[in-house]
Amino acid sequence: MSNNLFKKYDIIVIGGGHAGCEAAMVAANLNSKVLMITMNMNTIGQMSCNPAMGGVAKGQIVREIDALGGYSGIIADKSTIQFRMLNLSKGAAMWSPRTQNDRMRFAEEWRLQLETNGNIDFWQETVKQFIIERNNVIGVKTGLGIEIYADAVILAAGTFMNGTIHIGEKSFSGGRMGDRASMGITEQLSSLGFVAGKMKTGTPPRIDGRTLNYKLMEEQKGDKVAEQFSFLENVKTDLKQKSCFITYTNKSVHQELLKGIDKSPMFCGRIKGFGPRYCPSIEDKITRFADKERHQIFVEPEGEQTVEIYVNGFSSSLPEDVQYKSLIKIPGFENAKMFRSGYAIEYDFFQPTQLKNTLETKILENLYFAGQINGTTGYEEAACQGLMAGINAHLKINKKAPFILKRSEAYIGVLIDDLINKGTDEPYRMFTSRAEFRILLRQDNADIRLTEKGYNLGLASKNRLDNVRIKIEETNKIISILKKKKFSSEINSILKEKQTSIIKEKQSAYKLLKRPELKIEDILNCDLDLKTSFKEYNQDSLTQAYIQIKYENYIEKEKELAQKTIKFEELSIPSNFVYTKVKGLSTEGREKLNDIKPPTIGSASRISGISASDISILLLYLGR
Amino acid sequence: MLPKLELNTIVALASAQGSGAISLIRLSGKDSIEIINKIFKGKDLTKQKPNTIHFGFIKEENEVIDEVLVSIFKAPNSFTKENSVEITCHGSSYIIQKIIELLIKQGARLAAPGEFTKRAFINGRFDLTQAEAIADLIASDTQISHNIAMNNLRGGISKKINEFRNQLINFASLLELELDFSEEDVEFADRNQLINIINELTKEIKTILDGFKLGNAVKKGVPVVIVGKPNVGKSTLLNVLLNEERAIVSDIPGTTRDFIEDQINIEGINFRFVDTAGIRKAKDKIEAIGIDRTFEKMKKASLILYLLDLENGNAQNINLEQITNLNIPYIIIGNKLDKANVDNIKYFNKNKDSLLISAYKNQNIDKLKKLMIKKLGINQNYESHTIISNARHYDIFIKINQSLNEVLSNLKQNITSELIVSDIRIALNYLGEITGEITTDDLLDNIFSKFCIGK
Repeated sequence: MSNNLFKKYDIIVIGGGHAGCEAAMVAANLNSKVLMITMNMNTIGQMSCNPAMGGVAKGQIVREIDALGGYSGIIADKSTIQFRMLNLSKGAAMWSPRTQNDRMRFAEEWRLQLETNGNIDFWQETVKQFIIERNNVIGVKTGLGIEIYADAVILAAGTFMNGTIHIGEKSFSGGRMGDRASMGITEQLSSLGFVAGKMKTGTPPRIDGRTLNYKLMEEQKGDKVAEQFSFLENVKTDLKQKSCFITYTNKSVHQELLKGIDKSPMFCGRIKGFGPRYCPSIEDKITRFADKERHQIFVEPEGEQTVEIYVNGFSSSLPEDVQYKSLIKIPGFENAKMFRSGYAIEYDFFQPTQLKNTLETKILENLYFAGQINGTTGYEEAACQGLMAGINAHLKINKKAPFILKRSEAYIGVLIDDLINKGTDEPYRMFTSRAEFRILLRQDNADIRLTEKGYNLGLASKNRLDNVRIKIEETNKIISILKKKKFSSEINSILKEKQTSIIKEKQSAYKLLKRPELKIEDILNCDLDLKTSFKEYNQDSLTQAYIQIKYENYIEKEKELAQKTIKFEELSIPSNFVYTKVKGLSTEGREKLNDIKPPTIGSASRISGISASDISILLLYLGR
Repeated sequence: MLPKLELNTIVALASAQGSGAISLIRLSGKDSIEIINKIFKGKDLTKQKPNTIHFGFIKEENEVIDEVLVSIFKAPNSFTKENSVEITCHGSSYIIQKIIELLIKQGARLAAPGEFTKRAFINGRFDLTQAEAIADLIASDTQISHNIAMNNLRGGISKKINEFRNQLINFASLLELELDFSEEDVEFADRNQLINIINELTKEIKTILDGFKLGNAVKKGVPVVIVGKPNVGKSTLLNVLLNEERAIVSDIPGTTRDFIEDQINIEGINFRFVDTAGIRKAKDKIEAIGIDRTFEKMKKASLILYLLDLENGNAQNINLEQITNLNIPYIIIGNKLDKANVDNIKYFNKNKDSLLISAYKNQNIDKLKKLMIKKLGINQNYESHTIISNARHYDIFIKINQSLNEVLSNLKQNITSELIVSDIRIALNYLGEITGEITTDDLLDNIFSKFCIGK
């Protein structure tokens, strides 16, 4: 059915979650005409699981999105009710920003942000199928039968495709509790040769905060001096800051849970999808780690005003009464009332090895996949895929070169490279250990790494670029001053106090700073003139200089390693290379290579099941 | 696109260079059989079954070059998994050259060194370390070097490396846990325990590194130097060691054979005598060259035989420090036991690194041979150990050792875990360069299987 309702768009984005919002926003900012189709305009930017952004490795991703000119960081900052920098006792590469967010405010900020952009239109409906012409996606057909055309389509359907919700022995169709599932897309794509699978995730019950006894729990406050995600100045929230609380399960909680375990949809095999090992349900924890006497529970506020509480660590798909009976055995929960029960959701995903590094599908041109449908989990992981899909869809339809981030440049690069080369059998979450260059990929230098790229794309503002340039310039100045500044015995009292060996000959502040025991403040306190003269620099530059000095050796080592691997990254394999003719490859290697068709030797080497031997043979065939 | 790897037919002499009674020329590649058929007079070889031998002649136009036996192998049942032909011809260098020339004229290409093994590797016959082991196997000319190569061929090195890899992955997982899951309720690794693990690992790696010297010695032969004053009997000892019966010793310089290098095989180990020409040639010259030159020689050796004259010398005067400082195994040998001075014998009885012999009377030579083996620290159970004899592996183990030492010093200084892991990853990368690969998934899999993680 043709329509008078819609003109042809540049890009259609299906879905209004974290991936969909970033994709629509970035494409529109690049000046593409965008239509966002969502099943419910009221749930744009919804935090379906816990009301928090960032955390270890994820916080780095949010900073990267922000540095490139995306919005997740700004939205999170505007809705923050608690900020903490995690892992401060570790080295700088591990420092990870995390916020607790007002769930309703977060969604509202996203909606308002999207509405400020005149290039974005909205349409509330479900998409049933794609309109395809000679392996090109040229539009979508909606549930009402409307055909809408576009040069590219980004699918960001999250957990909605054939979503099934499970609570105990009950199960029903749904994309999230309270929302319908979407049907038709998986079936169409499967018939065209796409490989779809099932994944599973879960969420804990929500509780009435007025019924909790916080005196029996341990308070966890936000940082005294709260930072923010965005590199832009003062994206501060006006919301009142709140605490989280920690409590623990115990034997009697576990006993109650065990009573209902036979009704768990996981254990009796009704759920076939794979759940994440690092985000297990409480019933999973007590059975897999039966010897552990207690499990930690984080009691997290859902917003500034609301009394609703998120029980982090108690994800469950047991029957609601079993959830309730075990919850009230938790210290502080004796009188708890439940608002909503926890549940598990099973949904369709497409093995991401079917994607190019631009997130465009290999089978259909101009179709991009972003977010949870690629087998990932987490708002941050979804958002950065949306950003990259949005950028690349825009670049492609404007016949420009794709925008790819390397593993040594960003966690975003690691994530996409992992997905397209390795695929995933469980919801993929980012960890710092996935990044081989993690000392380089820090939250403090995301702007130095990426803002110029964002600026060149036309995303990051001139203001952002200027700020980064000042930061780099100041950092270099500070480092050279510290190299010249020599200390002699006057610093020994501090050295003694910090339990590090005293100096007998003059030593530069630069060299002293490399000692693990010393912080930049310790050095500055020994020379008040220096301290005063440093006041003209931004605190951010001072921290940057400190980090670069302290970790110089390791930064250099990783840069060297990155340089080494680039050789392989640049060695491309022709896309029509016939692996089946290469006899020396292992059987597994041949199959995987044939399925994935890696663009370079570098990506081939990261495919699981590919041995060093396979790579040597490929190198020989490529004449190396 | 078809893989464009050029796999045309290659040819090379498979037996040793030089003349023997017979020689073997090998062809490998798709057209091997067609190519040999064009210069072969006898049956039509293209119509013969695989694994058969055929008698006939190699001809150039109408001239017969040689009478030969041709063996036919068909893919994939050959060493290279390709069609192959082996030509057994007479061992004249003219014939060999001529046949190879004819084969090249018919479309074969002269093989590069190691190319047959490379073909076998490309065609999936074995993995990288096994390919390297084949090269060692071909080069091995003693029982022990053969055993080491065979052990590695069966995956010996890969097995050891996997053990190291698993230990390092376990270790790194404990640290990663602190990094990625610091917010979780998990117990973190005990630093002292970590230090112990790394200490154990570096000890093992040191054994492997030390073993390289042996492995290399086994592969290439152990360089031995005989030193001592003029007329102490160096030449006599050398000859008696090399071959008691064959030895010709005369007082006239230049009558001894003029070898570049002499070798003997004792219990499967090749000993190479360094600079024997110097010993054999002009005796008074040695006197003139002086002590510096002798030290240069000693530094190159893996075993020093220090010869003293029991008859005319004075054992009290010897200065052992110069030798012990070199840190190379040595044996003090008192020669001319048959004419010995009693004081000298007394001195020797006190020194446990010494042995009394008479080279001239062939006395205690067997004891000396046993002592030479013992001095090398060669473990007779070499088969149960992983011995590396490949210089590439050795270099990599050196680098791994450096990374682990870095880890150790960082652990002691209480440096934060991500930096410690960084060095472990470097070590793991190096291991991956020898065989297999490391993916970060291994770390995560290990964490998830052992710890209760996740909110």
